[in-house]
Amino acid sequence: MSTIQETLSADKPGLIRDLRQSQARWRLLVLFVLAIATIGASIASLTIGSVAIPFQDVLSALLFPSNAATTNSQAVAIVEAIRLPRLILALCVGATLGVCGAALQGLFRNPLADPGIIGVSSGGALAVALLIVLGHSNAPETLAWAGPYALPIVAFAGSISAIVCVYALSWKGGATQGASLILAGIAINALVGSALGYLSFASTDEQLRQFTFWTLGSLARSNWATLWPAAIAMAFTTLAVLQLAIPLNLYLLGEREAAHVGVNVEALKIKIIVLTALGVGTAVALTGIIGFVGLAAPHIVRLLAGSDHRIVLPASALFGGLLLVAADMIARTAVTPAELPVGIVTGAIGGPFFLWVLGRYRYASLG
Amino acid sequence: MSLSRRSVLAYGLFGPVFFSQIARPWASPPTRVVSLGGDVTEIVYSLGESARLVARDSTSTYPNEANSLPNVGYFRQLGAEGVLSLRPDALLASASSGPPEALKQISSIGVRIVSMPDDHSPDGLIRKVDLIAKTLELGNKGQAFIKTLEAALAEAQTIIANLKAEPRVLFLINAGNGAPMAAGRNTAANALIGLAKGTNVFADHTGYKPISLEAAAAAAPDAIALMDQTLAAMGGVDALAEHPALRLTPAARTRRIVARDGIYLLGFGPRLPSAMVDFAKAIRGIVS
Repeated sequence: MSTIQETLSADKPGLIRDLRQSQARWRLLVLFVLAIATIGASIASLTIGSVAIPFQDVLSALLFPSNAATTNSQAVAIVEAIRLPRLILALCVGATLGVCGAALQGLFRNPLADPGIIGVSSGGALAVALLIVLGHSNAPETLAWAGPYALPIVAFAGSISAIVCVYALSWKGGATQGASLILAGIAINALVGSALGYLSFASTDEQLRQFTFWTLGSLARSNWATLWPAAIAMAFTTLAVLQLAIPLNLYLLGEREAAHVGVNVEALKIKIIVLTALGVGTAVALTGIIGFVGLAAPHIVRLLAGSDHRIVLPASALFGGLLLVAADMIARTAVTPAELPVGIVTGAIGGPFFLWVLGRYRYASLG
Repeated sequence: MSLSRRSVLAYGLFGPVFFSQIARPWASPPTRVVSLGGDVTEIVYSLGESARLVARDSTSTYPNEANSLPNVGYFRQLGAEGVLSLRPDALLASASSGPPEALKQISSIGVRIVSMPDDHSPDGLIRKVDLIAKTLELGNKGQAFIKTLEAALAEAQTIIANLKAEPRVLFLINAGNGAPMAAGRNTAANALIGLAKGTNVFADHTGYKPISLEAAAAAAPDAIALMDQTLAAMGGVDALAEHPALRLTPAARTRRIVARDGIYLLGFGPRLPSAMVDFAKAIRGIVS
């Protein structure tokens, strides 16, 4: 809490003035290094896997799939059907979680805010659980028209409903309060949690296993059919949130102060909330709830590069993508031929890094 | 190390057998098989075809040799590439193997996936064995095994039909963190109780549900059945029988607590005939 406030107050004058040159150079360097690391991790994740495929085969599978078919058709199939959709999914979900986490932390001016706290993730999971437990047994044909899209669509609807509830609950006298948004989110999370608990009690063995997937999180279900619409939704979210850097910077001054310098505060809130529901709802629909990325990525970025949202937002997106790609690479190769749940790995590699950055930052500020 | 040596040895021994089979009228039988599900693995071993296995899932722990095969993880949470890294030509998959996306990816690479029927019954067992034997193209050897198994099942059913009484059975299943769950309808445990001509005291419920031990006591079971692991987690026979809520049940008073290995009892694999008879006698307190 205090570290963030220190960061915020230290940067307030810098938000309106131009950035000092050395500071600006350092921040661009952070962004540059993150971009290089993300590209490196992406190439590595296409190359490394439990099936050994030489780098030139991976390359030719990506660039000349029709030619490569004659040389090594299995390599082409594995890269195209398994590794590539999984990489794109990890990048999109990681970036969306990172950028939405950063925007929500800025909006609530609360370091504990993440997409989970306002009920987006659990709302999506509840909707999926309802469909699996009630829908499929009572009316299996209800969503037959949607085919493989049924669960993602339902998850998105659940996320939107949860966030609309939270927003409506915290609406008072023509405006919403940041604190009451979080409290409403906690209340909705509690209700959703108990509904999920009841459904897990009422479900059959098979259904229970099906929806523990949504509460644990996994990238194993990536496939091209559901990836395209979801990737477009998540890319749109990420790009749209990136446009909100300047109003979010002004918002750091305080809600009223931001309004005085011309920020439409209520519109900013609605934009961030709707974009989060779209992006994170889609992410939950494809991968279930993946924790930690949305919370930790923006923090690590802030500790490294300060709190200017023009840096924090793109860097959080890059760092979120990087973290998830790296974690997934470890998850699918560590215990080969089996696979670890990716949530275990994001925590295991993200946690120590977070602590290291935290320690280094505190040391620097004391010195 | 011992693993690779073993498989090299196996290929050395069985390679010529496969080669001669290829020459037969049917198309090349699968030689690199991944088996998913404890029952499936056990059937492959019983058919004497374990040399064709290149991997198994984490539930395949019987027979003991199966444990030395590479483990592809829990059969409901497979990773496509991990499975493919073993270069299988066929997957013998339990009904609930998944996720479906991973299976789809595996089959898109050209691996044959043979899904087992989901049926906890002697008929279901025979159909599983038949499907596996046909997939492995065992011909008469497979049919002979099925004949033996059918005879054993029929004999088991005759023995059970001659047993008196329909004891009331409570089947407890491990819930993970202490609180036991009881088996209701549509479970392997319920099917086993039915085959043993017992009455499931928890048949009003569907699936595995957490129960208060008080409700278990009120059901007054004649026998309490559970897996070895569950009994160990609950502290052994005496701890279970002395539990305040269970103490007054007929099962606890007579110490009729039936604990067996989980796959043996509920796997519906090739050991089903002996499991049926063993269980039917145990819930009646007959020491065999």
